Amino acid sequence: MQIYLPIADVAVNAILLLGLGGVVGVLSGLFGVGGGFLITPLLFFIGIPPGVAVATGSNQVVASSVSGVLAHLKRKSVDIPMGCVLLVGGIAGSAGGIVAFNWLQSLGQIDLVVQLAYVVFLGFIGLLMAQEGVRSWRRARNPSAGRTKRHQHHWVHNLPLKMKFRASGLYISVIPPILVGLVVGVLAAIMGVGGGFIMVPAMIYILGMPTKVVIGTSLFQVIFVSAFTTMAHAVTNQSVDIVLAFLLIAGSVVGAQIGTRLSGRLKAEELRMLLAFLVLAVAIKLALDLLLTPSDLFSLYPGNAP
Amino acid sequence: MIRAALSLALVLIAAAPARAETVVAGVSLDEIGITARFDGTEVLIYGAVRREEPEPDGPPLHVIVTLEGPAGSVTIRRKEKIAGIWVNTEEVGVSATPTYYSVASTGPLGEILDPAEDVRQRISVPLAVRAFSGPLEVEDARPFTEALLRIRMAEGQYTLSEGSVALIEGTLFRADFQLPANLVEGDYKMRIYLLRGGQVIDSHRSALPVRKIGLERTLFLMSRENAYAYGLMSLVLAVVAGWAASAAFRLMRR
Repeated sequence: MQIYLPIADVAVNAILLLGLGGVVGVLSGLFGVGGGFLITPLLFFIGIPPGVAVATGSNQVVASSVSGVLAHLKRKSVDIPMGCVLLVGGIAGSAGGIVAFNWLQSLGQIDLVVQLAYVVFLGFIGLLMAQEGVRSWRRARNPSAGRTKRHQHHWVHNLPLKMKFRASGLYISVIPPILVGLVVGVLAAIMGVGGGFIMVPAMIYILGMPTKVVIGTSLFQVIFVSAFTTMAHAVTNQSVDIVLAFLLIAGSVVGAQIGTRLSGRLKAEELRMLLAFLVLAVAIKLALDLLLTPSDLFSLYPGNAP
Repeated sequence: MIRAALSLALVLIAAAPARAETVVAGVSLDEIGITARFDGTEVLIYGAVRREEPEPDGPPLHVIVTLEGPAGSVTIRRKEKIAGIWVNTEEVGVSATPTYYSVASTGPLGEILDPAEDVRQRISVPLAVRAFSGPLEVEDARPFTEALLRIRMAEGQYTLSEGSVALIEGTLFRADFQLPANLVEGDYKMRIYLLRGGQVIDSHRSALPVRKIGLERTLFLMSRENAYAYGLMSLVLAVVAGWAASAAFRLMRR
């Protein structure tokens, strides 16, 4: 069943979009990620203009993060003060990211930058996860091997403006979380992702937050950053397609439930390896598009470059 | 002045016999509405040749039908390999070129249409589409124009179907157009030419409006005219869907 998207100006199969949302939803249920980093490149592959894919992707992230954070609020695994501090940086970064996005779009380089950002980040995260997966798989087979202790205190924590974060059990400067928020905000705006997949490792390794509050806090701040990004895209470049968003959200909402149920049945290490391969596959596909000689050196962009 | 008027009158008198054949035409649709279910559409343009006297001898009658979408601006970019990856480098902006253009005819354009007449009427695809304006940033814009034609022809936005117009008994004709799903809103210009010996003997023009209708139109207009409300609506949709999913999930677990 083809459906005409009013903003993207293309007709796409509605079942395909529901399915796409569903698959990403299953993954987000399985792995606790927003799924923005997968949905946006998948939208590129099915022919949605990159601008629309990015803007609509952030709208979808709002839905999946809201859905996720409610469960975490119940479990009290959200550090709200920390989320707010991250948010301050996040909003500023997102505003800057939107300006950069619109500027790059006028230069005709937005596709390149978005693709490069995806290749670099997905490749990096995919490799990290694969490595982690292999390690925990070995540990599962050989339980006597010792666990490595995480580094706890960096010099960055002792900068001025210290603040107490009760849920995380931290007393650190607000500057590092603001900077982390800033960087993730820029990426969120340019790549159309919530940034959870960058935020989570940053919170653990740079801020030293305990793992149990990391996902909830990340989701909490991602809601607001993505909501801000969606709004900014809607107002500055009118590229949020609400019909596309609706289909993706409907699919992902159902998929997330299935994913959460499945996650109880599969082994964690297997899951992590699976996600790592998936992420690497997307990164490799995008990298090949940049490296291989394109079938046509010329491409058309609607609108006139200034 | 008088001489000019006289020569004009002479031209008109000389042209009079050629007007012996005129075209009458109709379309299968008055208007095309783009709805959520829109997936391209077929348009049938039909007509007849009206004659005051029996069909003249000499070169056979031919018909060309064109359908032209609203003009839009487009930027054509060329990729080059820089540091191992393919990057857009040069670009050419075209301020107004048809977003859709289709030509259907009773025979190969090269045989039935005189090139000078083509230039005058802008019938064939390259001539109808050619619309560069402003200073060019590149030395040679030809590869860019060719790319525009090639890409749009490959995507079915520009089409040339020689021999697809059926002419029956030298009087009735019909041309079928398959419009793609990614139509741009606006008035589509329809042109019908009657030709003999490569020369146009009569032509007919009319417009076929294409509009987004219903929900599609409401949403599109809202996103442009009321961007804040549109953005908020998208967010409310997302938050409600996210909350509903979480609530439904809790119910199912119970």
